[in-house]
Amino acid sequence: MNALNVKKTYKLYVGGKFIRSESGKTLPAHAANGEFLDNHAWASRKDLRDAVAAARAAQDGWAKSTAYLKGQILYRAAEMMQGRAAELVHELSRSLNVSHEQSSREVTATIDRLVHFAGWTDKYQQVFGSVNPVATSHFNFTTPEPTGVVVVVAPDEPALLALIGAVVPVIVSGNSAIVLASEKHPLPALTLGEILATSDLPGGVVNILAGRRAELAPHLANHLDINAIVDASGDHALTAQLQSGTAVNLKRYAQRALTSDEWFTARAENPYWILDTVEMKTAWHPIGV
Amino acid sequence: MKTKLATRKVAANRAVVKAAAHTAAVVPLKSRALNFGGKWDYAPALEDFKHIQIAPRHELFINGQFLAPHSGQYFPSINPATEQTLTEIAAADETDVNNAVQAARNAYENVWSKLPARERGKYLYRIARIIQEKSRELAVLETMDGGKPIKESRDFDLPMVAAHFFYYAGWADKLQYAFPGKTPRPLGVAGQIIPWNFPLLMAAWKIAPALAGGNTVVLKPAETTSLTALRLAQILQEAELPPGVVNIVTGAGATGAALVNHPGVDKLAFTGSTEVGKRIAGACAGTKKKLTLELGGKAANILFEDAPIDQAIEGIINGIYFNQGHVCCAGSRLFVQEGIYKTVIKKLRDRIETLRVGNPLDKNTDIGAINSRAQLDKIRKLVQSGVDEGGELVQSRCALPSKGYWYAPSFLTNVTMSHRVAQEEIFGPVLSVMTFRTPEEAFERANNTPYGLSAGVWTDKGSKIFKLVNKLRAGVVWANTYNKFDPTSPFGGYKESGFGREGGLQGLAAYCQVD
Repeated sequence: MNALNVKKTYKLYVGGKFIRSESGKTLPAHAANGEFLDNHAWASRKDLRDAVAAARAAQDGWAKSTAYLKGQILYRAAEMMQGRAAELVHELSRSLNVSHEQSSREVTATIDRLVHFAGWTDKYQQVFGSVNPVATSHFNFTTPEPTGVVVVVAPDEPALLALIGAVVPVIVSGNSAIVLASEKHPLPALTLGEILATSDLPGGVVNILAGRRAELAPHLANHLDINAIVDASGDHALTAQLQSGTAVNLKRYAQRALTSDEWFTARAENPYWILDTVEMKTAWHPIGV
Repeated sequence: MKTKLATRKVAANRAVVKAAAHTAAVVPLKSRALNFGGKWDYAPALEDFKHIQIAPRHELFINGQFLAPHSGQYFPSINPATEQTLTEIAAADETDVNNAVQAARNAYENVWSKLPARERGKYLYRIARIIQEKSRELAVLETMDGGKPIKESRDFDLPMVAAHFFYYAGWADKLQYAFPGKTPRPLGVAGQIIPWNFPLLMAAWKIAPALAGGNTVVLKPAETTSLTALRLAQILQEAELPPGVVNIVTGAGATGAALVNHPGVDKLAFTGSTEVGKRIAGACAGTKKKLTLELGGKAANILFEDAPIDQAIEGIINGIYFNQGHVCCAGSRLFVQEGIYKTVIKKLRDRIETLRVGNPLDKNTDIGAINSRAQLDKIRKLVQSGVDEGGELVQSRCALPSKGYWYAPSFLTNVTMSHRVAQEEIFGPVLSVMTFRTPEEAFERANNTPYGLSAGVWTDKGSKIFKLVNKLRAGVVWANTYNKFDPTSPFGGYKESGFGREGGLQGLAAYCQVD
């Protein structure tokens, strides 16, 4: 006789901790074929606010850590994913009702994407910053700095690859992120949270919420302590709403309009995406004695 | 030996006599200040302007031609230093804006995007050269139209305008090097709305990178300062720039709104107030329009005890009184480390007395006319609020001309962070002075504003400079200098001071599609 499965309700990942929603509500997660999988905590507006506070608290320390260390930590996150690849493959397969091979392909691509961007932490400044030959007697240089707290709205598919592909370019520079996971397939994202928690990524640098996009979108747009939104949702109805956040506090808005297949291609390994959530700072100093 | 001693004695005696004479002239302690006597009265040195021709009426510049506005409406353009009407300017309505956007679209699709990049660059070089050659005339016009001192329009605005065109001219055929690994493409038609504080310079900041990137342009100058933009239109004709590549529609807010809302515009660039910037952002939400915004500021100038103090005073003065303080990156909040507070206040008080306020066409003038009646009212209102909230106003005792719009250089002490004058952009020659003790306190207070355009740091210690440069949430940080600009140096804000950069390599990104 088979032992009874121990079922869990998946929790949100906020400030390095796994939390049930403040609302006390849960949502059922279903597979693509409609079969019930598990319940997960249903992120509320209050959970979003808590996540912003956690992300804000973590951001300065993350930004201050050296570029080398950020690269080490992100690479370590890739190592953790590799170690738990089977779990991710299983989560993808049962959520999307796809073959083991197809899920493996996505997990491999996700790990590769993470390794790729881990390498940018100490290079993008050299590629995109500059020393400027001003016509006066000044030393003048431009360097990128993280913008602060960034919300990433993940698309439904590829549930794992696109999430990592959208969020890593954000944190590479020292931003902290709040990820709104796919509404259709939230479980791979929440499992990813469990993996990130055991990497060396400081708590609060990546926060993962799962819930109803339409319910949270206006609060994302109106929140005054969110500096930028990266919208990979592919949901046109959501675009205008998220973009209207710019009119509230000049939130930066960037769109990742990629098809599901494109997330697997070099198009999604775009270092220019890092620039969407950095601020260019230019410093001047006179030359003379 | 003896003679030397004797000489010394005589010198000492003279010093005593001198000191006595000085004591006699000492002003009461409370209003103690340097007494310059008539030392700072200069004979007028007027820039010649009689040969400058200003047509009585200015039309819209659409598709390479000057056209009367659809509505038949014109509005007056006033010299703020004399309150005299210089000319009347066409008011563009939706129809005119639509025509301009159509012209820009045609030019983009049929001419400009088909032109080899090298040729685009050559047009920009040509424009730059003509501007250089006409720069004196343009400087005088800029001063008459906007009220800024001729010293500034001649030595700052115009050289910088030409330099911007030269700089971006060279980029036109080198864009692939600006975006490693990518093949940048133009965005299409760029709608550009510019402010009245640096009319021609802002036009250059907008037009030059847009054209270099292969875009075409519809530019809307500010209502009170359209004159030099329309003179630029003549230069574009002279440079034989293909019709429609740059169109200029003049008018007030409604003209700007028509441009913002036009579905044929692919990219919008706006420089102006944060309030209007937010409205534009709202209007663009859900459209495919690309947006860059360069908005307001409330920059902190941080002065440490170990700074070269006289140099710093000059920088602070330049930081706030340059262009009558009509500068989005003006150093309008001064944070002084406590130990030198009294010295700094004394030096500032003396220095503002020596600033020459008056006729902008006079080559000696440091501070010209406030750009408009409306702006003058706004400055007065904000300063009054500062006084009402407990600030102490220190103002130059300079005489102000009877006609025109003027505001004497001023600063407020006893200001706290919660005062309106410490939070809101005054956009006038008014400085709010506050103090701090530690570097941490300095950058925390400096960052305590929704704005983040620029900041200044004054100290002789290099490591302190780098610490502050890192900590200040501002797009431009001037260390031991202030208000320096260059076409190669990107400019733009953090937070509610906008997004995107203008100038430099990074400024190209606003006008190129990279994916």
